[in-house]
Amino acid sequence: MLRFLTRRGLGAAFILLIVAAVTFFLFFAVPGDPARLACGKVCPPETLVQARHNLGLDQPIFVQFVEWVSGIFVGRDYEELGHCPAPCLGYSFVNREPVFGTIVDRLPVTLSLTVGAAIIFLLFGVGTGIIAALNQGKALDKVASVSSLIGASVQIYFVGTLAMYFLVFQWQIIERPRYVPITEDPIGWAYGLLLPWIVLAIIFTANYTRMTRSTMVEQLSEDYVRTARAKGMSARTVVLRFALRGTLTPIATIFGIDLATLIGGAIITETTFSLQGIGRLSIQSVNNDDLPMLMATVLLAAAAIVVFNVIVDALYAVIDPRVRLS
Amino acid sequence: MTAVTITETGRGRRSDSFLSVQDLHVSFQTEDGVVKAVDGLSFEVEKGTTLGIVGESGSGKSVTNLTILGLHSSEQAEIRGEIWFEDQELVGASRGALERLRGNRIAMIFQDPLTALSPFHTVGRQIGEVYRKHKGASRREARDRAVEMLERVGIPNAKVRVDDYPHHFSGGMRQRVMIAMALVCDPALVIADEPTTALDVTVQAQILDLLKDLQDQMGTSIILITHDLGVVAQTAHNVLVMYAGRAAERGTVREVLGAPRHPYTWGLLSSAPRLGSSVDVPLKPVRGTPPSLLNPPSGCRFHPRCDYRNQVGPDLCSTELPELSPERGHGDACYLTLTQKQEIFTQLMEGR
Repeated sequence: MLRFLTRRGLGAAFILLIVAAVTFFLFFAVPGDPARLACGKVCPPETLVQARHNLGLDQPIFVQFVEWVSGIFVGRDYEELGHCPAPCLGYSFVNREPVFGTIVDRLPVTLSLTVGAAIIFLLFGVGTGIIAALNQGKALDKVASVSSLIGASVQIYFVGTLAMYFLVFQWQIIERPRYVPITEDPIGWAYGLLLPWIVLAIIFTANYTRMTRSTMVEQLSEDYVRTARAKGMSARTVVLRFALRGTLTPIATIFGIDLATLIGGAIITETTFSLQGIGRLSIQSVNNDDLPMLMATVLLAAAAIVVFNVIVDALYAVIDPRVRLS
Repeated sequence: MTAVTITETGRGRRSDSFLSVQDLHVSFQTEDGVVKAVDGLSFEVEKGTTLGIVGESGSGKSVTNLTILGLHSSEQAEIRGEIWFEDQELVGASRGALERLRGNRIAMIFQDPLTALSPFHTVGRQIGEVYRKHKGASRREARDRAVEMLERVGIPNAKVRVDDYPHHFSGGMRQRVMIAMALVCDPALVIADEPTTALDVTVQAQILDLLKDLQDQMGTSIILITHDLGVVAQTAHNVLVMYAGRAAERGTVREVLGAPRHPYTWGLLSSAPRLGSSVDVPLKPVRGTPPSLLNPPSGCRFHPRCDYRNQVGPDLCSTELPELSPERGHGDACYLTLTQKQEIFTQLMEGR
């Protein structure tokens, strides 16, 4: 286990470094000048030079990158803004706030959105998948397949916008989604995020239904499931303790990817429902040529993917004792 | 040694037998049509004896035995006939009644213990849960029982191995685990579906000895499904030869293997190698291919592959479906006369 974690941890660090480097150099490869944006509409040449110097953009790109990386581990000193302790992700080009603080502010919104929706789509998707598998070829199965096909085909900006228009504005069934910290008001937290959760769940459930159904159908014809029935286990035990166990591996795989993707920023969802999470932050930072902010959001998204990959691999070993971590 | 007896079809319960299958029909609806997997099969098993069921793949051996346990879903399979076990009729039994029977009074040992055991649970848990379900035992008692069973089937260091998973065991040991699981509730009937096919010969002998010992100790009845005549000769008291979902021949081991009367049984015997026979004499397979169960041959199911149908007289074999006769004792489903059968078999044996 320790060897597994060490090996995967080193691999993860390497991948993150590559991702960071590629993003960093790409940023400078595309047209756009953050210094000019910082300098303002009327920008005399000497102010532009000063702005460029303040942002550290007058250094060679490679030096900038090394400084950015070392800042994460040992902190950085800025001429005008002073010391930025590790882990220092720099200051935003736009509002000169520390990037790390902004990320920490925004992350709970995205996490709340992700966790709530994930619970709904996992339970609902796996549940309908099981029901569909047990009623193979019957009406219930067809209802499940058709609705999951619809769910898989629609897009969040379509369902989300419709839901906002009808449920919030037209019929006023639910209030406009907003984020309230769970520590302040747990009920308000859940209520404020209910609509985005449901909309996200509609999109994601379909995948789980289909995956659960097909794997479950396979598992139900496995010899060991027949053995379980042959030894007198009840239908419920056979399905939940035996067949479902074999279905968990592929579900864990897609669940890990989905969670990681959402934590990296549910860009469209957050935009549709005006939630100030990581996703919106990343879009804003792209629009503003805000390199430090952009780097932080990309790094977070990549880290989420890498970390969840390791978690999923470790989960395989928990689900299936034949899997060995090495 | 009691002979397997066959009752006339559909006459209700015979009280003297322990398991009695009467005029069983099992058919499956498939895209290509109706597959008649079992087509009018009757047989009985006496208490404490072993019945060997032999026949080639697709002859309906496994389907019959899965039907006894009620493991075919009623949506896929159409089942007619009666199965009497102790005092219960099983074809029409409720799901709950069957669940209480399975693993408890009737247990099954499957062919390939690697796929038949759950890869996700320890062997102790898999054995113990049967005991918990049927005997209402606690977790602790079930675990102790699992250790006891593992010891009984000869797994060394059972106290430790009880927490291992099936993939930690060798093939033979896994089959022992399977047997321990089947026997944990002291069932009255054990159905072993090719229990040794996946194992090498030495392990095979150990497993068969084990089953025999357990039968001697517990008085369990065993149905042994196999296509290995050697296994039957070694372990079974009675034999049922199946062909295309029907009984071809039935009798004691001595009768069926020593003086077989059905051309299909002759075919099986001459296709099996013998230690004593010359290596120069080639093995003779049964010619032709197994019949399609979608569209079985008319008359005797075996007649397209039979070398002796001309000796019976015009068209009888291809038009009339033979029943087992005589009704009790050594019976076979063939229109040749007894004298013809004896002559042909003697000739066959001289040729080897």
